[in-house]
Amino acid sequence: MTTDTLQELTRRPYAAGFVSAVEADTFPPGLNEDVIRALSEKKGEPPFLLEWRLKSYRHWLTLREPTWQAVTYKPIDYQAISYYSAPRFKPKKDSLDEVDPEILRTYEKLGIPLVEQQRLQNVAVDAVFDSVSVATTFKDKLAKAGVIFCSFSEAVREHPELLRKYLGSVVPHSDNFFAALNSAVFSDGSFVYIPKGVRCPMELSTYFRINAAETGQFERTLIVADEGSYVSYLEGCTAPQRDTNQLHAAVVELVALEGATIKYSTVQNWYPGDAEGKGGIYNFVTKRGIAHKRAKISWTQVETGSAITWKYPSVILKGDDSVGEFYSVALTNNLQQADTGTKMVHLGKNTRSTIVSKGISAGRGQNTYRGLVKVLKSAENARNYTQCDSLLLGDKCGAHTVPYIEVKNASAQVEHEASTSKIGEDQLFYCRQRGISQEDAVSMIVNGFCRQVFKELPMEFAVEAQKLLGVSLEGSVG
Amino acid sequence: MALLSVRNLHARVGDKDILKGIDLEVGAGEVHAIMGPNGSGKSTLASVLAGRDAYEVTKGEVLLDGKPLLELAPEARAAEGVFLAFQYPVEIPGVGNLHFLRTALNAQRRVKGLEELDAMDFLQMAKEKSKLVQLDAAFMNRSVNEGFSGGEKKRNEIFQMAVLEPRLAILDETDSGLDIDALRTVAGGVNGLRSPQRAMVVITHYQRLLDYIVPDKVHVMAGGRIIRSGGRELALELEEKGYGWLGLQDGKGAATKGGEARR
Repeated sequence: MTTDTLQELTRRPYAAGFVSAVEADTFPPGLNEDVIRALSEKKGEPPFLLEWRLKSYRHWLTLREPTWQAVTYKPIDYQAISYYSAPRFKPKKDSLDEVDPEILRTYEKLGIPLVEQQRLQNVAVDAVFDSVSVATTFKDKLAKAGVIFCSFSEAVREHPELLRKYLGSVVPHSDNFFAALNSAVFSDGSFVYIPKGVRCPMELSTYFRINAAETGQFERTLIVADEGSYVSYLEGCTAPQRDTNQLHAAVVELVALEGATIKYSTVQNWYPGDAEGKGGIYNFVTKRGIAHKRAKISWTQVETGSAITWKYPSVILKGDDSVGEFYSVALTNNLQQADTGTKMVHLGKNTRSTIVSKGISAGRGQNTYRGLVKVLKSAENARNYTQCDSLLLGDKCGAHTVPYIEVKNASAQVEHEASTSKIGEDQLFYCRQRGISQEDAVSMIVNGFCRQVFKELPMEFAVEAQKLLGVSLEGSVG
Repeated sequence: MALLSVRNLHARVGDKDILKGIDLEVGAGEVHAIMGPNGSGKSTLASVLAGRDAYEVTKGEVLLDGKPLLELAPEARAAEGVFLAFQYPVEIPGVGNLHFLRTALNAQRRVKGLEELDAMDFLQMAKEKSKLVQLDAAFMNRSVNEGFSGGEKKRNEIFQMAVLEPRLAILDETDSGLDIDALRTVAGGVNGLRSPQRAMVVITHYQRLLDYIVPDKVHVMAGGRIIRSGGRELALELEEKGYGWLGLQDGKGAATKGGEARR
């Protein structure tokens, strides 16, 4: 049970690493205004959207890649990336008949059946394959409740007024380098609208899959929960195993109007690269929600994949009595690096936020929690509770915690707790002495460490997340 | 045949030889006490028997019911019936005490080809056994040893032993860190688990514990060897005369009743 054995334990195969043989329509690499025009035309977009893309692109040209995060990677050549790749078929939304059977098989292999009779109970799925949404299940049932759940492209065609009103309203096109890039070249994603007072009758889920090589994935998700409504939304992600790095720069915007609740859960399992750090996804994602009066936004994330994770799901607590939550498990193994956390910006009175972050580092992984709690002058009686715990497996990994707290109103109460612990020989030996195998012991200790976060996930996904952590740490015991 | 036979056992950590030829025979139904000054190798013996990796056995053998024990992994030894009550029980945050114990019991049952206990049956059994050391229900659902007082941790060890029903129980300084009431409770639990099928090895620095857990035999360790063995009276004699009586150095004032010098 020395460090060696722990390292053995943390080696694992990546089960979702296969490539599907799907014919694709892919743009040649490179980015300029013509590419953006071609992309917009391909998708049949209205002029306002093309204008918005071009405005974003021009702004992006003035920005520099951020360097403050605690991750290192080779420079990204933005001209070597293809900005559009779509499976070669015409996706017809009401029928799966025209979807390439190879794609359906891909999702089945990943445990996300899209075919009618095998669908997940009470979970509607929007499947995004490379740059386009290929299928959305349970549309009829949702339509009866007045819920709109469709691909972003479809929303552009069917609901341009909603899109125009909310697109960029939470994450402006000029927000940051990666958000600006996404705004210029985003290909597809999911759109959700829950009408006033409606409790969405089922879990909504988007499953992202990168398949093509040398492409970037730039999807956008926009969720609008109208007054007094409720929605729980989940996203899952995987990608094939490749030697080269691939860029994923997504934007997620959440709008929770008065009294609405949005619960957003992520189980991210992008290809993390191999044991030597070759390949893997660069995950640079901007996620933010705005909570109006008495609204609540809750982010729960389990991040086990990606070579690089750069992600700070945030909540702007704009309305009085609004609530923001962030529950996170981030695992870094081998040479993975994660710089992740959240921002809670308190504007309204009596606003409350909770942050629970669990970082697990194994192998030579580096895990940084970076968080901002900002209480503005207007936020009378704001409260925040932050808890950051780090767990180390072995002695070659690292955990770092960088909390920023800015308080401009003296009535605020801000609490911060942090701990760092190590799965040591002692814990493992204790379990084994009682008869529990080494692998089961590691999995038990890690799951115990994450319990506070897992209990926030919807049931089906809590089980999946536990398994995923198990797999992520599985290996031959030496 | 003895339940536990330790023959000419040598072990070291790194370059340092710690056990230098231990011979010990413990029969079923017997309780043996191992005493000795700090650094004599008592806890090392416990760790080697349970299979802790840091120790390297360089010579000798250990038989449990006549079968060689040393080549087995710690979890396999546990399934064979070896139980170690830890001197410093480890905390496992977020893992419920009962969940942990059921996982352990079922892992052992699987090895033995027995059916696993379901949650209900287990709960009932655990409740029954918890009375032995007066642990209440609220305590059972807390995380393993997290935030437990010293006494609660030791009681929890004995509770685990009651549930796992080992053939051989090794109690490593179970008295350390206990006030007199907790000591009585823990000793009561241990006495309740004495059985003709079970052997116990009780490791202690102080004779005090042996007032409550009365041993069949007492061994005194020093310098990695057992230098004297005898009956219960040996412990009493040690208490009276101190380890110095055997020509041993012990900075902490030896086997006298002088309370807890160590944590």
